[in-house]
Amino acid sequence: MSTIASFGFWSFVGIVAGIYTLFALGVQVQFGFAGLLNFGHVAFMGIGAYTMAILVVKEDLNMWVAAGCGVALAMLAGVLLGLPTLRLRADYFAITTIAFSEILRYVATNEDRLTGGSQGTINLAGIGRTAQYDGAWQSFLGKVERGLNVSGDVATLILVWSVAALAVGAVSLVMRTPWGRVLKAIREDEDAVASLGKNVFAYKLQALAVGAALGAVAGLFYAWQFSFFSPDDFAPLLTFFAWMIVILGGLGRAWTVPVGAIVFGVIFAGTRFFDFPPFSLLDSTERAYVRLIVIGLVIIGLMLFRPQGIFGSREEMVLE
Amino acid sequence: MFQQLLVNGLVTGSVLALAAVGVSIVYGTLRLVNFAYGDYMTFGAFMGVLFNVTLGIPIVFSALLAMVATAVLSVALELTLWRPLRSRSAGFMSLFLVSVGLALVLRHLIYLVAGPQPRTYAVDPYKVYVIDKVRLSGAQGIAIVVAAVGIVLVGLLIARTSVGRMMRALADDLQLTAVSGVRTGRVIVAVWILSGLLAGLAGVLAGLVQTSFNPQLGFTLLLPIFAAVVLGGIGSAYGALTGGLALGLAMELSTWPELAGGVDPTYKPVVAFGLLVLVLLLRPQGLFGRARVV
Repeated sequence: MSTIASFGFWSFVGIVAGIYTLFALGVQVQFGFAGLLNFGHVAFMGIGAYTMAILVVKEDLNMWVAAGCGVALAMLAGVLLGLPTLRLRADYFAITTIAFSEILRYVATNEDRLTGGSQGTINLAGIGRTAQYDGAWQSFLGKVERGLNVSGDVATLILVWSVAALAVGAVSLVMRTPWGRVLKAIREDEDAVASLGKNVFAYKLQALAVGAALGAVAGLFYAWQFSFFSPDDFAPLLTFFAWMIVILGGLGRAWTVPVGAIVFGVIFAGTRFFDFPPFSLLDSTERAYVRLIVIGLVIIGLMLFRPQGIFGSREEMVLE
Repeated sequence: MFQQLLVNGLVTGSVLALAAVGVSIVYGTLRLVNFAYGDYMTFGAFMGVLFNVTLGIPIVFSALLAMVATAVLSVALELTLWRPLRSRSAGFMSLFLVSVGLALVLRHLIYLVAGPQPRTYAVDPYKVYVIDKVRLSGAQGIAIVVAAVGIVLVGLLIARTSVGRMMRALADDLQLTAVSGVRTGRVIVAVWILSGLLAGLAGVLAGLVQTSFNPQLGFTLLLPIFAAVVLGGIGSAYGALTGGLALGLAMELSTWPELAGGVDPTYKPVVAFGLLVLVLLLRPQGLFGRARVV
């Protein structure tokens, strides 16, 4: 059977889209609702994944507790990042946050004793000993498979999307609370909000922390899905994918994020099937380049022709 | 040791400084953070390979030709992409994201055409200049001389020529400049030409300094370049020059063993970003930026 018709392949695309939904939802909270130009979002994903893996392998901690620690640490990192940088002008903030994510990536690459270095988590337990952090996940997945009588891929798909749907629902609800309305007001005019006696700085910190938690959860699923990761999995490119998803779907709404993620997943995976000329002349590495060229062109085209995204409303929010 | 690091710092710093000026003048006039700038540099570096290695032209002339080619690319993109976007009154965010998309397109086009294998310029690898205790490879020697000339020329262009004056006026207030009778469209093209020339030069120099490079060349330098721009104050050309040199020196000198053992060389980029964060905490508008909107 060809790949394009294979169920396994598309369920893989679905799993990745689910992970991206969680990841990009963090950007939606930070930018779409609070107006913060966080371009270092991938750092939170890395913190979540690495904290979990390190605590499980080195400290022999229960994996679920370790996962909780990962999310907590990512939120703490969000607050620590925000404390000095939120006072900066938007463009300076954007560049400083990229710098933050790159610093963490360099540290993860070079501190082999803590992270396994550039070889990734396979070296976590030291050279010559293969490290595994996802034993508890695999056995949990097994239970779900048997309980629902489905294959492993489908079980993962169900789990990822349940969490993603829960997160999207929760964010939608939270944005209707007074807290959410204050966030949106800050996005529109923070001086006005401050003049009403709201602590704008504290609200922005909270938005950063909530976004960081979502990024970390995405990181956990990423780690479980691939059973192995290295610092290069958390390159700045991933942050831009999240931005593309958020803008593709539409800004300022939670439910547009899964739409963006699915469209993105299909574009990203679909370019594998360019098997007609001239693409049939290219080998698989070259097709990977073509895929990224297509992604780049989609971003440019979107900004040129539909800056509010597929389901965004111009009244609610337009990119300026 | 110290002198050697100092010279290395000057070499790294002048490449960063030239590129930072290229980013900064575009930001100053158009409020565009050009995330594709690193890939403009890569384009320049690979045009350098085409002229120098494939066609066998000496490296200095190849660098000049590569600069011209990059300037042509830069102007072509202004006419086909940035100008239409501005006429649709695209804002800061849209422009930034377009440049992210453009960066992906350019880099992978270069991958597709040139391939991922490492490239080297045809310069004598065994030539070494020894000045007192300092050793410079032939490539580093060329880089430091060319960069010094480039920096002086750019400084003069911005400070002394009428085009430079118009560029600074435009950066200050676009409407006011237009009202005073300056043809802003032409000045913007001039800005892109200068920015492209600098990208081509910085790309070839970076390729010379690193001895071997692949299409990631410019992108890996982009964040230190942005750090240099921010350090000097976004939009300030002199600030970018100073920021680049300061950052290059800080990165190399931080590895000096007598400075509390020195930093592991792999952490040089972290030093750059750390310095950036530190400066922003103390002076949020950058070293030379104006404090009006912080």
